[in-house]
Amino acid sequence: MVALDASSLMGDRGAQARVTMLALMAALLLTGLLSLSHGASGVSLWSLIEALTSGQAMPDRDRLILWEIRLPRMLTGVLVGASLAVAGAVMQGLFRNPLADPGLVGVGAGAGLGAVVAIVLGGLAPLWLTQAVGYHLVPLAAFLGGWASTLVLYRVATRSGRTSVATMLLAGIALGALAGAATGVLVYIADDRQLRDLTFWGLGSLGGASWPKLLAAGPVMALALVAAPFLARGLNGLALGEAAAHHIGLPIQRVKAVAILTVAAATGAAVAVAGGIGFIGIVVPHLLRLATGPDHRFLLLNAGLAGATLLLLADLIARSIIAPAELPIGIVTATLGAPVFLWILLRRRGLVDL
Amino acid sequence: MNRARFVSVGGVHAGLTAMLLLLALATAARADDGPRRVIAAGGSAAEIVFALGQGDRLIARDTTSSFPQAVLDLPDVGYVRRLSPENLIAMEPDLILAEHDAGPPETIEILTRAGVPMVILPEARTPADVLAKIGLTAQALGLPEAGAQLLARTQSDLDAAAQAAASLPARPRVMFVLSLQGGRILAAGSDTSAAAMIALAGGVNAVEGFIGYKPLTDEAAIAAAPDVILAMDRGGDMAVEADELLAHPALALTPAAQRAQVVRMDGLYLLGFGPRTGAAALELNTALRAVIPAGRG
Repeated sequence: MVALDASSLMGDRGAQARVTMLALMAALLLTGLLSLSHGASGVSLWSLIEALTSGQAMPDRDRLILWEIRLPRMLTGVLVGASLAVAGAVMQGLFRNPLADPGLVGVGAGAGLGAVVAIVLGGLAPLWLTQAVGYHLVPLAAFLGGWASTLVLYRVATRSGRTSVATMLLAGIALGALAGAATGVLVYIADDRQLRDLTFWGLGSLGGASWPKLLAAGPVMALALVAAPFLARGLNGLALGEAAAHHIGLPIQRVKAVAILTVAAATGAAVAVAGGIGFIGIVVPHLLRLATGPDHRFLLLNAGLAGATLLLLADLIARSIIAPAELPIGIVTATLGAPVFLWILLRRRGLVDL
Repeated sequence: MNRARFVSVGGVHAGLTAMLLLLALATAARADDGPRRVIAAGGSAAEIVFALGQGDRLIARDTTSSFPQAVLDLPDVGYVRRLSPENLIAMEPDLILAEHDAGPPETIEILTRAGVPMVILPEARTPADVLAKIGLTAQALGLPEAGAQLLARTQSDLDAAAQAAASLPARPRVMFVLSLQGGRILAAGSDTSAAAMIALAGGVNAVEGFIGYKPLTDEAAIAAAPDVILAMDRGGDMAVEADELLAHPALALTPAAQRAQVVRMDGLYLLGFGPRTGAAALELNTALRAVIPAGRG
């Protein structure tokens, strides 16, 4: 059962959800500006505005920092945060399980295996491949790995045109174990440096954000984010149970297929550019369900906005708290997210019945 | 004789690399006095700067830089392979002295485009590589004389170590234990800096058959039959206590443990392949010499 809030049974909470949406938009705008104007180098957005209004060109160094470092990093953060949160919300709706996350459709394990293969065996890749993709080998392999495992799972779980969500879940566990074993073999043959890379990859970071990376992965995430709201009615119907949803005339199979592909695209691309960032996909949808109810029409949009805001805030902390060094962002999201989440669960214990 | 030829071939190779890097460098280091705000990314980079007597030119170091003690007082820019471009640019360095594995590549690319002068030191596993690193660093700092002095000093240290190694009456088998976590031996196989150091000191790496640092089964540890167990005494949480090594059930059965032959040295000193490498090799050589029984060889 999706977390049901007592008040959500009492009537329409659309007005509340709309207000929340406006607030989240404002928050995202604000954190976006903050993310652009805050950094170790002291270049602020005001210096950009000043340069624009006074008609003088910015110093090359400042332009580079704003344009080549902060802007792609901010945009990557927005897309990755939104993708992870939306993918989480879709999964929880599809599986009708509050613990569902994109890992269940095998994206996580597949992407992880892809990344490990690229990190450990990247040196053995044929020359034409290394020349073609350069140091984007790891993100590319993560993306392909995520997609491949999702497609395999989808094929396994689909029989005569019907996808069994339960089969998918179980097969996902099996595939995850298999990918884990393969990862283990590679970890065994990895050298110290590669092990260190693997650890950092698993903790995620927006540190490597750049225009080429964003241009490659951004459209995939954007497409998934645009597609997700169209799933809202289908997921609302599925909350009643598959049979009931079918009887009220929903194209269940199509909803499932689109949902799974959306999640694979969003998560695959997000994990590829930023590594493994946990917790956003679970915490954000739950917080919103507690605040504004389980209606996917609002939940999916709000999750995108809140996920983006949260990741930008986490990144601000990650890059400034131990400057000049940088903390992996996964550490920040979990350290901040988990206690807040626990606190809310405890405070509203009576209302949250999983 | 083979050995000498190998070294000279290595020297030519390192020399070529150094020349290529110097060409790239020529545009970077034009300042009359040489750079004054240097960031060292990599343990041996910081060590060489200090050995040249220029520690006060450093404004920051990475996590792997730990020698000499003074370097620890500098701000830490993080792990050498996870450098953050904006934070580095913000420190306004006029030189980043990086080891070969500094990264990620995105950061290096942005730093290059930002016009931050950068010198990448080659990976070092041989005496020739060590000299190449020192030469490059001295050049980058604009210190031909201090560089030549340090080179000569390092060269003579390395020569002394090579002589001592050659004069060893026998070649003791040495096992390098990187860690002993949970009783599991993590040993150095071939193609590791530990294996290179053991060879420099005149020993033989007791563990063969795999590349890199790998867990060793108890039986393989006994079969390796090391005469000496080598470990680090200071390398973060990786330090291994001598008692632990001697008490380990498998290691206890090796000749090394039975004669209590455990040598522990500082991690960066032993494996850093910087200016102290000759001294480290000589120290290890002395320890190995003590192991060889009088009648042998």
